Amino acid sequence: MNDTSDPKFWSDLVDVLILGTGQTLYMVSIALLVTIIVGLPLGILLVGTERGGLFASPFGSRTAGRVINRVLDFIVNLGRSIPFIILMIAVIPFTRLVVGTFIGSTAAIVPLSLVAIPFFARMVEIALKEVDPGLTEAANSLGATRWQIVRKVLVPEALPSMLLGLATTVTSIINFSAMVGTVAGGGLGDVAFRYGYQRYSTIHIVAVIIIIFIIVQSLAAIATHFAKKYARTSSDSGRIKAVESLELKAATESR
Amino acid sequence: MISISHVSKSFGTGPGRTLALDDVSLEVGRGEIFGVVGQSGAGKSTLIRTVNLLERPDAGTITVDGRVVTSLADRDLRIARQGIGMVFQHFNLLSSRTVRGNVELALEVIGVDGKERRSRAGEILELVGLSSKADAYPAQLSGGQKQRVGIARSLAGRPSVLLSDEATSALDPETTRSILELLKTINRELDLTVLLITHEMDVVKTICDSAALIEGGRIAEQGRLVELISTPGSRLARDLFPLGDVPAGTTGTVIDITFSGGSADRPVIAQLARDHAIDVSILGATIETIAGNQAGRTRLELPGTPTTNAAAIADLRAQGLLVELVGDAA
Repeated sequence: MNDTSDPKFWSDLVDVLILGTGQTLYMVSIALLVTIIVGLPLGILLVGTERGGLFASPFGSRTAGRVINRVLDFIVNLGRSIPFIILMIAVIPFTRLVVGTFIGSTAAIVPLSLVAIPFFARMVEIALKEVDPGLTEAANSLGATRWQIVRKVLVPEALPSMLLGLATTVTSIINFSAMVGTVAGGGLGDVAFRYGYQRYSTIHIVAVIIIIFIIVQSLAAIATHFAKKYARTSSDSGRIKAVESLELKAATESR
Repeated sequence: MISISHVSKSFGTGPGRTLALDDVSLEVGRGEIFGVVGQSGAGKSTLIRTVNLLERPDAGTITVDGRVVTSLADRDLRIARQGIGMVFQHFNLLSSRTVRGNVELALEVIGVDGKERRSRAGEILELVGLSSKADAYPAQLSGGQKQRVGIARSLAGRPSVLLSDEATSALDPETTRSILELLKTINRELDLTVLLITHEMDVVKTICDSAALIEGGRIAEQGRLVELISTPGSRLARDLFPLGDVPAGTTGTVIDITFSGGSADRPVIAQLARDHAIDVSILGATIETIAGNQAGRTRLELPGTPTTNAAAIADLRAQGLLVELVGDAA
């Protein structure tokens, strides 16, 4: 079956890799989109509902702010602590509810998003906390609304830092996307499992590693490129340099 | 224009509670530049931040341009803030926006549309002398230029009042002077009332019409500078004309004479020596331009005791001069 002299082997390999790469990119990109859409507001709320934050007293009640903050913090911590393979199984009923099935690449997007959202929300939280509180104060002195402060001050100022967080998040989504292969989610992880593990094909494994490496590196490079583009302070640039040198390491470390 | 009435503010609770402002009342007239001086921790920063309610006072009322800001609801407070500009010690500019973008932020907040925003931001940058840097980012500017952007941003909403929170404290002396000149210019040209806080007496001397001294959260003294300098025992006046300590070993009567207004250019000392036939020694002197008027203080040593010099001192006082006895005799 692993007869490399058979021309069919090579054409099969290419077909399998193209399909796997397509599925991986599909899962990762949709999961990433969902992660940004949910994780960004979640991170903003996490910071905002803290003491003295922009949304410290929603509806005029500090208790409400504190409760929201505690609940979100708990959810994020919970999401961050559960091993992915367990989370994936645990959310199957939810996945079924959302997608209708728990098998296939589309279904895999659900657990992938669920694992990445808390992760990215923390990244957003950290990035927002680095924004000088004096800027919020200045915007307040101009008579800005809370929404204006979020949109025009906090998010743009935290953008370089958030993009770096996004680079790390993408890496971990790709990492986890390989695991969904084990529950019939498809993708490059599935290729590695079925061909590399079950059929002992070294060529498949090597090919998968190369493709994943290229995907991780290019997505991370895109994110840091934009982080660099929007960086206006020396502390931003310093952070980007540090992240760049750690990128290779981070790609393996988050495993 | 700004009326602060019986304002108190404390931080913390229980034994760690500190009273930052203790029944403070201040009156800032229209078109005036009013300086609040004090040591760090005296409560001056808290005071200026209560005016636009960045810090909400525990008690008391604050009125700005006829509007009682302390009783406004959130929405009205935001509108009121648009009429109160504020400049910060550390500039607080958005690093993600250009100079023009920072000024436009103030206009976006009040809902000015794109085209007008650009032209108004241009005008204001012209006023603060930064037109050539409109497309630069704050990281590319010097401290003085950054503060000019801060001032431009605060003026964009056409406020009637400007609050300056140690605007020059992070700047070198030369830059400080140019920023103070700019504040003076906008005060005059835009008929803007300015309330500033500072720990530098020089700032008060250079641009203020009125001043207040704050200590331990209380106002120790306040008034128009021209009046303060002719008020006996005024500590602000003494700080405006620092003459130092009386040198050891002086035996006679030491007096400080304050000249202001018309008396500053009369030959007072020569006359004193001639009329009373006494050998006057000058121990120290300083002349300043305060609130646009020449004013000075001279420390003299007269031989003999205060009693033997009573006639001479009475004569000086009769000329409208402020005479204070210094040292042991006082």
